[in-house]
Amino acid sequence: MFHYQFDWGIVTSGKYFEWLLSGLYTTVQLSAVSIVLAFLLGLIIAMMRMSRVLPVRWFAYGYLEFFRNTPLLVQMFFWYFGSYKLLPEAVNDVLAQTNFEFTAAVIALTIYTSAFIAEDIRSGVRSIPKEQMEAARSSGFSYIRAMQYVVLPQAIRITIPPLINQFLNLTKNSSLAMTIGVAELTYQARQVESYTFRGYEAFTAATLVYLALSLFITGLVNLYNKMVLMRMRGE
Amino acid sequence: MIRFEGVHKWFGNLHVLNTINLHVRQGEVVVICGPSGSGKSTLIRTINRLEPIDKGKLIVDGMHVSDQKTDINRLRTEIGFVFQQFNLYPHLTVLRNITLAPIKVRKVGKKEAQEQAMALLERVGLSEKRDAYPSQLSGGEQQRVAIARSLAMKPRIMLFDEPTSALDPEMIGEVLAVMKDLAESGMTMCVVTHEMGFAREVADRIVFMDHGVILEEREPAAFFTSPQHARAQQFLKQILSPMH
Ligand SMILES: Nc1ncnc2c1ncn2[C@@H]1O[C@H](COP(=O)(O)OP(=O)(O)OP(=O)(O)O)[C@@H](O)[C@H]1O
Ligand SMILES: [Mg+2]
Repeated sequence: MFHYQFDWGIVTSGKYFEWLLSGLYTTVQLSAVSIVLAFLLGLIIAMMRMSRVLPVRWFAYGYLEFFRNTPLLVQMFFWYFGSYKLLPEAVNDVLAQTNFEFTAAVIALTIYTSAFIAEDIRSGVRSIPKEQMEAARSSGFSYIRAMQYVVLPQAIRITIPPLINQFLNLTKNSSLAMTIGVAELTYQARQVESYTFRGYEAFTAATLVYLALSLFITGLVNLYNKMVLMRMRGE
Repeated sequence: MIRFEGVHKWFGNLHVLNTINLHVRQGEVVVICGPSGSGKSTLIRTINRLEPIDKGKLIVDGMHVSDQKTDINRLRTEIGFVFQQFNLYPHLTVLRNITLAPIKVRKVGKKEAQEQAMALLERVGLSEKRDAYPSQLSGGEQQRVAIARSLAMKPRIMLFDEPTSALDPEMIGEVLAVMKDLAESGMTMCVVTHEMGFAREVADRIVFMDHGVILEEREPAAFFTSPQHARAQQFLKQILSPMH
């Protein structure tokens, strides 16, 4: 094809392979940390959105609308470039010692994704018949405990498909972190390209790795839930 | 044990409970019947404050139900509630359905809770179903598990809201048998049901409601042979007719 000599060796071994590998490692770290945090934060925001305390509900509502309706890239820039202005000097000094790009990326991905997850969890909760809550309350559970032991476990199980979707989106969105200098997979593929002019190979490799990562996440979550869901439905 | 004094409740403009006066003593079994929409479910649901009352006094086990100072969660541990649709937790096994509240609310040890649950399953004739999920059980079995789940909290009062209405006819008997056994053990019970055979045999008193009002409150024999109120006569004729 146009006399282009493919050289897959560049991305399957040697120095550039190691670059890509370290990029993958960072992507996995970034995604894994953000997925866990986004899920927990999403859960909290969903609970706040359903709270009977009006200001709490309003706050959650504002949070959801704000973070779902602004671009992730802007949010990422905001946390990376903008938060300096907001935080006290001392905090900035500490952050400068750490890998602040990574932290900013985690914050951006977590908050952005948590807004979507919260909405998914909320619709999951709403689809659980209110009699489940009544049955639990009748046994003396407080509202929170009834949520914890009876409603949420069911709601989250039926929310698995949209949740997987959010986890995948997060993993793919993590590539935006390259714009603030996080050396994740896309960043490294870009590096390989600029050193070798082998963009085709580098980005093909990156694409395949993202694909594999996505399939892996889907498989993992499905596996974990398959038996439980099947048992619930009595299959 | 349960005392209603001039209790009222409205759903918007609908006066769903109107000047309810009712006293259920310890160990008594009271059956509540009446036409659809007469307020039976609402009445029984006020007892554990699933429905709050708007006016009047309701005292259960010595506590004012509508008083904000009453620890409603504590009171509810003393009151078992059995629903028409069973409402078992579909994500938990039969055993865990029964042990969940004792362990998490009553803080009973896991092992003790399980032993107690097995004894209850024995009592309702379902010991072999301990590891099944609710969806794998018949309606009658689910309702018996639901009764066991309520009993696991060692309640002093049991409330039943049409416990057999959602069941196929051949399963009604097994649930009524469990309830009868419970009544004979001295449990204080309020039962909304149209099972007049059960009412005649087990109830100490029958309460007949219509349009949010208690029209009659009598012993079963008297209620069935000589209902005073025209509405009660009509209701009994309908419910006892072979066509029904
Ligand atoms: N949450 C609610 N909001 C508004 N109206 C309600 C509510 N729950 C019940 N009602 C109305 O109150 C009336 C009494 O309802 P209730 O469920 O207590 O009747 P019931 O005697 O149990 O009837 P059934 O035999 O059909 O179960 C009905 O007209 C019903 O439509
Ligand atoms: Mg009813």
